[in-house]
Amino acid sequence: MLKNLGWRAGIASFLVLLALVYLTPSLTRDLPPWWSSVLPQERIHLGLDLQGGMHLVLEVEAAKAVESNLERVVEEIKHDLRKEGIRYRELQRQGTEGVHLTLMREADVDAFRELAEESYQNFELSTPPAEGEQRFPVRMSLDPEAREQIMKLAADQALQTIRNRVDQFGVSEPDIRPQQGQRILIQLPGIKDPERALDLIGKTALLEFKLVDEDHNVEAAVRGEVPPGSEILYKTDVDPDSGKTGKIPFLLKKRTLMTGEYVTDARVQIDSQYGEPYVSLSFDARGARLFERITEANVGKRLAIVLDNNVYSAPVIQEVISGGKAQITGRFTTDEARDLAIVLRAGALPAPVKILEERTVGPSLGKDSINKGFKSMIIGGVVVLIFMIVYYGLAGAVADMALLLNILFIMSGLALFGATLTLPGIAGMILTIGMAVDANVLIFERIREELRLGKPPRAAIEGGYSKAIVTILDANVTTFIAALVLFQFGTGPVRGFAVTLSIGIVASFVTAVFMTRIVFDYLYVQKRRSRISI
Amino acid sequence: MEFIKPGINIDFIGRRKVAFVLSVTLIVLTVALLIWRGGPNYGVDFSGGVLIQVKLDRPHPPSEIRDAFTSPVLRGSIIQEFGEDEGDEYLVRVRQTDVELAGLSEAVRSELSQRFGEGVEIRRVEMVGPKVGEDLRQKALFAIFYAILFIAIYISGRFELKWAMSIVMALSLALVVYVASIVGVSVTWLILLALAVTLGLCWFLKLKYAMGAILALIHDVGIVVGAFALTDREISLSIIAAFLTIVGYSLNDTIVVFDRIRENTRRFRRRSFEEVMNASINETLSRTILTSLTTLIVVVALFVLGGGVIHDFAFAILIGIFVGSYSSVFVASPILLVWQDRFADRK
Repeated sequence: MLKNLGWRAGIASFLVLLALVYLTPSLTRDLPPWWSSVLPQERIHLGLDLQGGMHLVLEVEAAKAVESNLERVVEEIKHDLRKEGIRYRELQRQGTEGVHLTLMREADVDAFRELAEESYQNFELSTPPAEGEQRFPVRMSLDPEAREQIMKLAADQALQTIRNRVDQFGVSEPDIRPQQGQRILIQLPGIKDPERALDLIGKTALLEFKLVDEDHNVEAAVRGEVPPGSEILYKTDVDPDSGKTGKIPFLLKKRTLMTGEYVTDARVQIDSQYGEPYVSLSFDARGARLFERITEANVGKRLAIVLDNNVYSAPVIQEVISGGKAQITGRFTTDEARDLAIVLRAGALPAPVKILEERTVGPSLGKDSINKGFKSMIIGGVVVLIFMIVYYGLAGAVADMALLLNILFIMSGLALFGATLTLPGIAGMILTIGMAVDANVLIFERIREELRLGKPPRAAIEGGYSKAIVTILDANVTTFIAALVLFQFGTGPVRGFAVTLSIGIVASFVTAVFMTRIVFDYLYVQKRRSRISI
Repeated sequence: MEFIKPGINIDFIGRRKVAFVLSVTLIVLTVALLIWRGGPNYGVDFSGGVLIQVKLDRPHPPSEIRDAFTSPVLRGSIIQEFGEDEGDEYLVRVRQTDVELAGLSEAVRSELSQRFGEGVEIRRVEMVGPKVGEDLRQKALFAIFYAILFIAIYISGRFELKWAMSIVMALSLALVVYVASIVGVSVTWLILLALAVTLGLCWFLKLKYAMGAILALIHDVGIVVGAFALTDREISLSIIAAFLTIVGYSLNDTIVVFDRIRENTRRFRRRSFEEVMNASINETLSRTILTSLTTLIVVVALFVLGGGVIHDFAFAILIGIFVGSYSSVFVASPILLVWQDRFADRK
């Protein structure tokens, strides 16, 4: 018993030392260089609710990706039918199910079947009975597997695009990861301008070049007489004098001549004449050729630059543009132009995203929370410390030592696991302070009972510990179960709370049972003090 | 120093009828309050919507803030003063979920700064879409349910050495939940059903300790929910964390008492169960009061000084400590006794 007292003291000191080593990186920013080569560097992470930042959950509307995929297929089929000389009445997308086609000659049905078997293997063909003279319907339905594939691809691509955008926006330690379904979780710590980040991430950034329909009247179209093959899109305009925003309608041809997929680079430049920022685009070789062809065929017409169905500008094509350069002007602020350049460089999202969840905490509120949390912890803690000494005397002081060590262990445990300290986590720590003394209270009450039975200090301590330990174990296991369940279901702050609580339970068992016993054994077994202060 | 003199013998068990009346009244009041209010007051985490915490340069009455809004969505929002220091912080809540929620915080900022100048600061935004809110609500209910289930298993195993029985219980419960979720029962009813089945199984398998502990837990969480409804506080994700903490804490108390009862039942074979129980509660009384006191000290500190964001969390724990200590003495233990009376002759 006495011999292993030294051993136990050794283990305890080792644990304390280890805890201090693990905690050090969290306390100071400038560690000596030799530290990082041998000793741990993990520090306690602060949750978004303490350091400020943004938490987002997005959903990629992958069904839209299926739709646009089918639209493309419709265009391809149109092209193929023309090439093969097959005549048709109708050809259109049917929701996200597939494509519906009505052929004019019965003989063409088989010809088309052959074509489809070769070029459109992702579709299941069915031919319902003819609907009348020269009406031979063909139904092409998209395979479920192919649909899954398109949706998964859209989600993956969206994740990648968003990563690129965030990287270029410049956030330190962003956390972007896929969630179940088509969801994406984004955590941006310490972000200063959440609205801007939101705008940057959530923008589909589909860049399209379309011709302005100059044969028809815009006003008539706005009243409802939109000519077939054309559509009305708006340009948002800010009046420089009043600051009010207005919308200018444009009548555009529906057909997209070119999209932003050929963009290789986008940069902010400053107009030398007006000093206004604009975005200059560079296309790759294919894009440059395409752009040259488009401008060649339409000299003198107006070409609209459309981003996410908003018209940015619609300049008149003065001459053929070769070399693969274009520019987007508008009344941008420098930030807006910069963000636009980022999204154009990172590319369009394959489908729009929807914000399902947003939580933003400003940096000042985070700081407030830390200050208030620690203030209440210190005040509450000090009162408990004093109370224990008043109530239990010397034994209370031993319990206080255990309590302080307990806090040390929780902190270094958080650093060890690279866990995140959140506001509920601080609350969990405060709660653990209250509950950590419970183990000591249980032991001390038992020792008092044993003393009342007339046992000498040594036997009383022995009995007190061995009887209390069963209860402490049972009580801690149940709280631990609650903490584990919390960890399993919780996200963010709640998870931080569960981690703190779990570490606290283990730490309190070590400090309140193992470490206090060393002190008691030293005082009353080795030193043989006859009066016990409890 | 001693609060409780040794050898004290208060007849707790004898007053169990008074306690039962009190507990039942509180629970009935809670249920009535919840029915009257049309269910618990879920925060944006569970109901979906937006909560925006905004700080102005000086205090204004909430009505003035509402008047500053021009868009119809914000006009229909709920505005509350928040925080304790200068009184210049407000919560703007939008409960509607059928509108575009994403740009609302920017709208709040721009509309308020048009009226009150540039000192407007958005300190916190919590936007939860309806689908996520539904998901979170399901997860939270399941979390509470699983916590209670696992604890029931542990208690039955530890106190009555009926590990096999408790595993039977867990399996049959898993079956019930599985079947019910296939049939498509809504989660709230699913959980109520599962709790009823758990209690029924405890009864059927004669797991009396687990039954007492679980009833005490339901009692505690129920009353805290009632306190929330009464004070018009919202149940958010962190409040669910508080509930689970209360579950852990209250159980801690209950187990200390149960442990003593188990120990004393072996020691005093001659005495009646009622006497043993009273002795056990009295012997642990000093500890019950002390631990509640130290925990109360820190939680009160958190409640008073912790700031607005953590206020409701601290409130839940505060009520939970009172109710938890009460229930381990007056609810969990008497249930054991009622049980013993009923089944004593068959044993």
